[in-house]
Amino acid sequence: MNMLVYLIPIALFLGGLGLLAFLWSLKSGQYDDLDGAAWRAIDDDDDRPAV
Amino acid sequence: MTTCCAPGTEGAVELERLSHALPSTEELVLSSRQVQPGLRQTDLSVPGVHCGTCITTIEKALQALPEVERARVNLSTKRVSVVWKETVDGRKTDPLDLVQTIHRATGYDAHLFSNAEDAGDRLQRDLIRAVAVSGFAAANIMLLSVSVWSGAEASTRDLFHWISAMIAAPALVYAGRFFYQSAWNAVRHGRTNMDVPIALAITLSYAVSLWETMHHGQHAWFDATVSLLFFLLIGRTLDHVMRDRARAAISGLARLSPRGAMVLAGDGGREYRPIEEVRPGDRLMIAAGERIPVDGMVESGSSDFDLSIVNGESAPAVAGPGDAVQGGVLNMTGSLVIRATAAARDSFLAEVISLMEAAEGGRARYRRIADRAAQLYSPAVHLLAIVAFVCWGIFGGDWKQAMLIAIAVLIITCPCALGLAVPVVQVVAAGRLFKNGIMVKDGSAMERLAEVDAIMFDKTGTLTLGRPRLVDGQDIDPGYLALAGGLAMHSRHPLSQALYRSASGSAARFAGVSELPGQGLEVSTGEGVYRLGNRRFAGGGAVPSAELSEVVLSLDGEELQSFLFEDALRPDAAAAVAGLDAAGFATGILSGDRAPVVKALARRLGVSLWKAELSPRDKVDAVAELDCAGTKVLMVGDGINDAPALAAAHVSIAPATAADVGRQAADFVFMHDSLNAVPLAIEVSRRAGRLIRQNFALAIGYNVIAVPIALAGYATPLIAAVAMSTSSIIVVANALRLNRLAGVERKLSVPAASRPVAVEARLA
Repeated sequence: MNMLVYLIPIALFLGGLGLLAFLWSLKSGQYDDLDGAAWRAIDDDDDRPAV
Repeated sequence: MTTCCAPGTEGAVELERLSHALPSTEELVLSSRQVQPGLRQTDLSVPGVHCGTCITTIEKALQALPEVERARVNLSTKRVSVVWKETVDGRKTDPLDLVQTIHRATGYDAHLFSNAEDAGDRLQRDLIRAVAVSGFAAANIMLLSVSVWSGAEASTRDLFHWISAMIAAPALVYAGRFFYQSAWNAVRHGRTNMDVPIALAITLSYAVSLWETMHHGQHAWFDATVSLLFFLLIGRTLDHVMRDRARAAISGLARLSPRGAMVLAGDGGREYRPIEEVRPGDRLMIAAGERIPVDGMVESGSSDFDLSIVNGESAPAVAGPGDAVQGGVLNMTGSLVIRATAAARDSFLAEVISLMEAAEGGRARYRRIADRAAQLYSPAVHLLAIVAFVCWGIFGGDWKQAMLIAIAVLIITCPCALGLAVPVVQVVAAGRLFKNGIMVKDGSAMERLAEVDAIMFDKTGTLTLGRPRLVDGQDIDPGYLALAGGLAMHSRHPLSQALYRSASGSAARFAGVSELPGQGLEVSTGEGVYRLGNRRFAGGGAVPSAELSEVVLSLDGEELQSFLFEDALRPDAAAAVAGLDAAGFATGILSGDRAPVVKALARRLGVSLWKAELSPRDKVDAVAELDCAGTKVLMVGDGINDAPALAAAHVSIAPATAADVGRQAADFVFMHDSLNAVPLAIEVSRRAGRLIRQNFALAIGYNVIAVPIALAGYATPLIAAVAMSTSSIIVVANALRLNRLAGVERKLSVPAASRPVAVEARLA
């Protein structure tokens, strides 16, 4: 049972990391243009997100 | 613009702008916003962009301009945002260049749009964030709950409950705020809505679970509380996607009116004044390609006017000195001086706008199925919970137990499935329609479309393509066609354009062609004077046909050839109208065109009910009359003159070729030429309606089973979690059945090219 002391925080931390990553990607506009992003992936020049 | 060294360029630009209805420089400057000193941003809507090549082409072309700081295409919203420098090397930037660059690079038109929908997007983003947070919380708490259910004991269980409580608290505050706010608003005004039982259930269940946890209790409801929130937020987010966005139609109309006008002062000076400052009696200078800013009287000059805003017709009308012109009408060929007879707020366009406002206000009265269900549902739930509490308290004697049961009832009855029942179906249906080239504005439109029993069509641009087409092309002497085409290429008149297209390739070359506004084209050559225009201008005796438009080519007043034009029928128009008739809908035509033309078309399509020569107000009245008789009207129209009727009808559809305002006023917009979009949209909406009712039945059936369990006091957190998830999954799975519509779609979307009508239309 002592394992739980480590495992639960680790689980929560990893989950929280995923949540933060999602919130960050949402904030930086990566979901603004899903159709365009699909095309830009195969375009050579520019892969920076919108400003 | 460097007019000094390249005379004529300005005119050419004007004409280009005119033919594509591009915004003017003043409009562009007024609508752009400053991002930082010296830099301005303009957002343009480019409906044509559809692939990766468009993105690269537009961005490259714009970035090649020295004045462009950065440009970004958004393919999903079909918009381009450009940040440009106000001055480059001391020269002022003309933002019209941006629009023209896009047009030159891709051939697509760019329009201005208003930022009305941005507020809605922010809420959507907040909702998605809340879904993410509650999803995270629900997953982690569920993980801990599974351990508790599988037999975690004593101190371990308490620890897990405490951790759950700590995860749930912030999630409840952050993600639950939407429900709390809405519930509070309802309660404060003495009403109740679906959010009141939701807010009560999550708060009470959290409080009781916390109390249980403090007292080392066996059951805690943290998992139910948070996953409830998670499911409901998904429903709420989908619902928001399908909500009616604040309609921009009125602002679209307002955009049609020029933002200012060139006023001629008494001393001969000119001054560009904002439209609000133009007063009756002012003399205004109107160039070719500009819209008339306010109602007025022509003082000097004559021109062809595009009256489509008044009657929906593409064929222009002539006006000269002494004629009245309505505000908003497009001046096509000549430059004029008009005397304003009304201020902007009293002009024709303002009247159409107020008609539109009235109509849109009326539509807001429609109550969506989900709202109607909530009205019945939430009092029932409250009553049930209170009855359970009181009965268990009095008869059981244990008030704490009674409280727990009342909360179990609230949680079990919480409208998870109900909250998902409508939005999931509507989102799936909208996706289905989008695949077939039909865009849906909001979810309630599909509910309304499923109810219609009468369908009114506009004529020009809706039943027909609104593009004139040369009739009997094979009977015309190719030599004369080449001559006429060569003359016609010098004019923007729609008939000239059609003539030029028919003759393309073989068109003769002329120099020094002059256009006489409202009459036709003239050129002097070695052989004599060629004229192309109406019969009176070109000469010739025969009486013009009432149903077809005519253009005559003459040499020195001697008729060489007459060209007749008709408006091509939209592909599948006849089949779609006949099919709708057979399905029991009343069909009719409401047109602003002349009676003989409308009558001929009505006979051709087998439509008995038709009205001609209607003004925008008459159309609204016609729709309102049917509405009063208890008929639910679907209006299909495209013009600015249809916009008020589109907004007034129970539900409305517009083709993508419609005027911007028409598109914005309509609930559905179809992208393809075929009129089969109308029966398809009705069919999908009806099926969606059936699925929604099935989903309601499923959700109610679930409650009929689950509520007695809760009332009897057997609902443990495990049972609640299982019941809640299953019912939600069943409802979603049922909604996905809509994807099995492929059969109907195939029947209604035969490839347009295989139809003879469509081929004709393409040639035209």
